[in-house]
Amino acid sequence: MKREVNTEAAAEQEALAAQLGESDTFLDKMKRMAANNKLAVFSAILILLFLILAVLAPVITPYSFDEQDLLARLAAPSAKHLLGTDELGRDVFTRLLYGARVSMAVGIIPTVVSMLIGVMLGMVSGYVGGLVDSVIMRLADVVLSFPSLLLAMVIMYTLGDGITSIFIALAVTNWASVARVVRSETLSLREAEYVEAARSMGVKDFVIIMRHILPNCIPSLIVMFTLNVPSAILSESSLSFLGIGVQLPNSSWGLMVNMGRTYLYNAPWISLAPSAAIMLVVLAFNFLGDGLRDVLDPHLKNS
Amino acid sequence: MDEMLLEINHLKSYFFTRKGVSPAVDDVSIRVPKGKIVGIVGESGCGKSMTAKSIMDLLKYPGRVVDGEILLEGRDLAKLSAREKRKVRGEDVSMIFQEPMTSLNPVVKVGKQVREAILIHQKISKEEAKKRVLEVFQQVGISEPEKRYECYPHELSGGLRQRVMIAMAMVCRPKLMIADEPTTALDVTIEAQILKLIKQLCDTTGMSCLLISHNLGVIAQMCDYVYVMYAGKIVEQGDVFTLFDHPTHPYTKGLLASIIHLDQLTDRLSTIPGVVPNLMHLPAGCAFCGRCSEAKEVCKTKKPELYDLGGGHAVRCFLTGEGKVSNE
Amino acid sequence: MLKNIGRRVLQTLIVLFCVSLAIFVLLHIVPGDAISTMMGEHAKAETIERLTKEMNLDKPFYIQFLYYIKDICTGNFGTSYKLNKPVTELLAVAFPNTVILAVMAAVFAWVLGIVCGIIAAVKKDGILDRLFMGFSLLGVSIPVFMVAMLLQYFIAYKLKWVDISGVKNWTGFILPAIALGWNSAGSIARLTRSTLVEVLQEDYIDTAKAKGLGRAAVILLHALRNAMLPVITMMAIQISSLLSGAVITETIFSINGIGRLAVDAISSRDIPLLQGTVLFTTVLVILGNLIADCLYSVLDPRIRKGA
Repeated sequence: MKREVNTEAAAEQEALAAQLGESDTFLDKMKRMAANNKLAVFSAILILLFLILAVLAPVITPYSFDEQDLLARLAAPSAKHLLGTDELGRDVFTRLLYGARVSMAVGIIPTVVSMLIGVMLGMVSGYVGGLVDSVIMRLADVVLSFPSLLLAMVIMYTLGDGITSIFIALAVTNWASVARVVRSETLSLREAEYVEAARSMGVKDFVIIMRHILPNCIPSLIVMFTLNVPSAILSESSLSFLGIGVQLPNSSWGLMVNMGRTYLYNAPWISLAPSAAIMLVVLAFNFLGDGLRDVLDPHLKNS
Repeated sequence: MDEMLLEINHLKSYFFTRKGVSPAVDDVSIRVPKGKIVGIVGESGCGKSMTAKSIMDLLKYPGRVVDGEILLEGRDLAKLSAREKRKVRGEDVSMIFQEPMTSLNPVVKVGKQVREAILIHQKISKEEAKKRVLEVFQQVGISEPEKRYECYPHELSGGLRQRVMIAMAMVCRPKLMIADEPTTALDVTIEAQILKLIKQLCDTTGMSCLLISHNLGVIAQMCDYVYVMYAGKIVEQGDVFTLFDHPTHPYTKGLLASIIHLDQLTDRLSTIPGVVPNLMHLPAGCAFCGRCSEAKEVCKTKKPELYDLGGGHAVRCFLTGEGKVSNE
Repeated sequence: MLKNIGRRVLQTLIVLFCVSLAIFVLLHIVPGDAISTMMGEHAKAETIERLTKEMNLDKPFYIQFLYYIKDICTGNFGTSYKLNKPVTELLAVAFPNTVILAVMAAVFAWVLGIVCGIIAAVKKDGILDRLFMGFSLLGVSIPVFMVAMLLQYFIAYKLKWVDISGVKNWTGFILPAIALGWNSAGSIARLTRSTLVEVLQEDYIDTAKAKGLGRAAVILLHALRNAMLPVITMMAIQISSLLSGAVITETIFSINGIGRLAVDAISSRDIPLLQGTVLFTTVLVILGNLIADCLYSVLDPRIRKGA
């Protein structure tokens, strides 16, 4: 029966391919996702919206992020203060938008850096093998042995507070898992016949890596990126929540949650609004990541 | 006339997909007499395996039996309760699959997997069951049965694994064994051994066998009676001598012609042009019409019936039988 | 098999050594004089000198490292500057709390996750499947502190089902454990579902059905054991993330555990205490992974004999 199903699936695929044109390019795959997975599309829009809000925060918000209104402390949500105010009368909505800037930056910048490091080390490790491979992989083992939050905490301790330190801390903790995945892909690609063929023709290793191995890793890299961004956002909010990340008077979602914790029972909006924001963004990235994985890289399902 | 063990009447098993309904098995009737080997032959995707899985109630979503009856010694399997169905599976009817590599659970010792088949159906102790397994291992030609009993599937060769599968199928002494392409994944030498084993087991135990293969050579060697399937339908049926000596359906002729005869000097291999049509978009007329070299006008517009040619020989073609269309 | 375990243990020892080196380097390259950071600006000169000698800070870097290795091998993690107690003693008090929390969270997460995953896989595309998978994605996406605060707000504050005031006996651990396990439950449920769905397509599942086994027996005896293999790998990874999350959960629920010690150590710049907590937690992770590896090889005969 399996065979019948396969021929059927193949036929279906063929019909789709014919419908979409000759080959199944990246754009086709995106179109297919857009057609079949409304949730992923919605998530992408939501992420874009958050990005725009983050960039335009100073324009949109009626208040400044550290503007205090001591007469309206712990005010409940109202037309004047959409999400209420905190213990110093600062507008929660304004601080939320400024917090979005931190979250988006922290989601994207250290993830890009950690992926660059991970891809480079992973490919070298997988392609060169031998001692280099062992050293890089043991290094990855070491990084992965730490509970990631604790490692980030120690790095923050060493570097001192501040957004740059957060970037470095998250880049250092996240490259290892990327390196592992890229290494295993490189290992299997290195054995592929067309790579063997290229090598037998005397193509330089660097060219082989750039032309044959890297492009084949890209689909899984895109998926990994979409799934690593939310985990970086969560890590930053955890650090700031513990008081080891972004410092007052600057705004960060994790920091806002922490500050509002004392007033959880009489002014729950201070903590819950940024919590909900974190959850929404992370959920959107996860939905998008799942959708991308379905069309780009069905093999990565379990990692 | 032989006593019938299995009678399949007008079986229809369809796949229900988002794109439409695919009639993978369409109005198929098959009879398996007691103690005989009956073959089903056809290309990939013609519905052979679906027929076998329908008998075992192993169809996976979105496939399901929509019509027809499957009678085992006169009992309609579809009308049995879940408990009775389970009792039929394994005890009365057993099945061996195409891929011995993936048909055994990789994390359980093969001995235990075979023993399980007995313990499901018979109330005997584990020790007795093990003894019985070792006997059957011997019977199916597994050397050093004690040692093999403790092996995991990945420690055995393909041939050995298929012997284990046969042992599993034999261990409850079923009345019918369904063998779905049992040798397709094996080397030619191993294939011959396994086929010989199946035939010998049928001869000695009086078991019937429904053998599914795409290989006419295998069918010719093994079977008493043959059904040829194409695009979900039986296109020709008959006893093995009639069918091989007087193939009537153009598809059967094509299949026979494409066997390589080493004793005949030919320049090129004979093939049937084209592929099996998509079951969801079957032509209005005969399903084989697009590939048939003898197709007439009527073949494109009307679906042929199965015409009885006498002596158990029947064919689904306008060019022969009662509905014979004259050659213009 | 013994050779494999031996190699694995050796590998673990190397990683352990590198981990302790990494912690040492990270904590000893802090800009500025460690002692004056610790003591504040008003420290007396002789105190600084005494402490510098005591902590071997006047010796070269590698000598300091050797002292440190010698110390941790003999179980001496130094004295917490802030709390003025041996770090070992502090860890001994905090360790049981963290273990109870983590184990309860793991049991909650894994049992819930596996059960939901199995049901979702068996009822694939049904209502329960959609419901569970929706919930699990929510579980994966929701930050630990949010679950913790929602539980505190609704269960403890609004419904008054449990005491908010803190952890007195094991029942006090229930909310923190649920908060901590929530994320892990989500990812385990998703993984269990996807691997089980895949395994249920395998040929040997047909073989088992063809033998006459019932649906439940096929899943329990044949499918689950194969589907659990990747889940075990995931569980091993989760030991690390549970201990990360414990830092937050312990802070919110005021549990005196290792995670909160680490947070306290950072805010009071207490190097020996931070060093001890991080090293200790990391060792827990490494040991957990070692156990998971052994379990894996027991369940998968292909690994046992292979490379």
